[in-house]
Amino acid sequence: MEPVRQVEGRAYPFGMKNVDTDIIIPAHWLKTISRDGLGRGAFEALRKDPANVFDRDDVKGAPIIVAGDNFGCGSSREHAAWALLDMGVKAVIAPSFSDIFSGNAFKNGILTVVLPQEAIDRLMEVAETDPITIDLESQTVTTPFQDRFTFEIDSFRKHCLLEGLDEVGLTLARGDAISAYEARQAKDMPWFAKGTALAA
Amino acid sequence: MASRPRTLYEKIWDAHEVERREDGTSILFIDRHLVHEVTSPQAFEALRLSGRKVRRPELTLAVPDHNLPTTARIDAAGKRIPIADVESAQQLAALERNAPEFGVRYIGPTDINQGIVHVVGPETGFSLPGATIVCGDSHTSCHGGVGALAFGIGTSEVEHVLATQTLLLKQSKTMEIRVEGELLPGVTAKDLILHIIGVIGTAGGTGHVIEYRGKVFEDMSIESRLTVCNMSIEGGARAGLVAPDEKTFAYLKGREYAPRGEDWERAVAWWSSLRTDEGATFDKSVVINAADVQPTVTWGTSPEDTVAIGGVVPAPESFADPSKQKAAQASLDYMGLTPGQKMTDIEVQNIFIGSCTNSRIEDLRAAAKVLKGRKKADNVKWAIVVPGSGLVKHQAEEEGLDKIFIEAGLEWREPGCSACLGMNPDKVPAGERCASTSNRNFVGRQGPGARTHLVSPAMAAAAAVTGRLTDVRELVD
Repeated sequence: MEPVRQVEGRAYPFGMKNVDTDIIIPAHWLKTISRDGLGRGAFEALRKDPANVFDRDDVKGAPIIVAGDNFGCGSSREHAAWALLDMGVKAVIAPSFSDIFSGNAFKNGILTVVLPQEAIDRLMEVAETDPITIDLESQTVTTPFQDRFTFEIDSFRKHCLLEGLDEVGLTLARGDAISAYEARQAKDMPWFAKGTALAA
Repeated sequence: MASRPRTLYEKIWDAHEVERREDGTSILFIDRHLVHEVTSPQAFEALRLSGRKVRRPELTLAVPDHNLPTTARIDAAGKRIPIADVESAQQLAALERNAPEFGVRYIGPTDINQGIVHVVGPETGFSLPGATIVCGDSHTSCHGGVGALAFGIGTSEVEHVLATQTLLLKQSKTMEIRVEGELLPGVTAKDLILHIIGVIGTAGGTGHVIEYRGKVFEDMSIESRLTVCNMSIEGGARAGLVAPDEKTFAYLKGREYAPRGEDWERAVAWWSSLRTDEGATFDKSVVINAADVQPTVTWGTSPEDTVAIGGVVPAPESFADPSKQKAAQASLDYMGLTPGQKMTDIEVQNIFIGSCTNSRIEDLRAAAKVLKGRKKADNVKWAIVVPGSGLVKHQAEEEGLDKIFIEAGLEWREPGCSACLGMNPDKVPAGERCASTSNRNFVGRQGPGARTHLVSPAMAAAAAVTGRLTDVRELVD
């Protein structure tokens, strides 16, 4: 994964609450065996409205989305993160995110920045005309108008994003600890260890 | 370990923690991994590209479910009928290639064990109490019904589990949903969970694992518990569970992948200890009065948009939160409803009985009980019953339920996810309504422009008979 330090640029003033992953990418787009090309299906239903924010000339291609509460709720489809990435989005700012979506976003290097509704309201105004800067190291969101909001982020996730670390590689490096657990489980809870090997 | 009182969730977590990093992130061991064709191709491909293998292939079970058409799968000559849709066929082919290549057990489309992953797991005994269970599907919360810690994951996590049999996670907060008293006659598990989501909202459980507590859940069958836990994600909780008990053990005993002999005895001894300790505390607690729960339906495009069947479509102004008012108005526009309209006046043209929420034998029995000796209404153009698995289908046919459905004018189909999300050909036409036993009424979920009303199997059957949303208690005792 590429390291992520800063996301800067125009933002889509989206603002919608409870954006579910069916809105981000409808199910018929999930029939792919690749991670690429899903941007074409992103927000498909909303984009049928010619006045939709994602096709507005001045913000088209923006790297940031400003959204409402509970962004990414619903399905676990990582295609939602891939679709955003494919349309050039590298960060979403919202008052809250669904657990599964924020995990998926993180694993694809997309920042999910949690800020209170007042900050979102202000950023919605700024996004209409001006760029926004998210700095991961200092955990801040700033605007050309001296607005400065700080956000919290899990320290492990921050470390992985800044260093561009591969989680699978990190865990495989702890292979001995996993082996030790497996040996314990085989002794103490053998019924879990057999799995499909138990088939009649 | 610690002597402080612990919740059920904490006990399962503690038993699976491989190690905890200084920053609080843990490596959690995963006992059971279900894989389907939609969210796994990119994970297997990543393993291939990095030259990695599946660490514990016997702990993963692969079953296609989302894309499969629910029409006949074998022709008159006994040959498998290929999927017409090129992309769906390609996704199925990828799973059929990946499973054997990586040594994972695979249940194919024509196998009697094939079905929706969340139906297959419990009914084969692959899903066990106290287990950590994951799948690249948010309704994995379902398996909490057998007392497992089960949750949905994204494709990168699918890859992580395949390669390491673990996940990197932080412990969730705990939430108790306690239901006091007893459910009224004619009120089902589906009505209860819809009601609960209406109370807590779709973000109510975010960051939490729910434990469902109280006599109502103790009295429930395992299949009803699966229905409740299934929709935990609709309340924002990645997982929800009910403490395993004698009913759970009786349900699992003798199933294909359930432990046997001495292993079974030892397993039951440990499973019996899996209850929240006296004095353990939850980060959040919600109390529901069972007597408040009526047969419940949804009116909008979020699972929290619930109302008792005797109620009316709410007015957007009735919500305190201005953003909810806006969302409600958008929902009403999409659904083509007006405030004050009686729910029982809403006509439906489509009926879907199925999905990982409501496609088990009890669900089909409940629907058949209402449909027996009746016919679907003329305005209902399309009505399908999609059993959750080949085993459920077989059982239903043994009991003659298929005949009841067919005689009532409903179609009896092959197992799969079907019209819950319309990745296969089963879709609801734009602008039409569907009384659906599935779990999501999102915009476009059952097809572009489709209007979904979430209901229980008995209520779906009642709607089929009258052609409108109906209080099933008017049709059966």
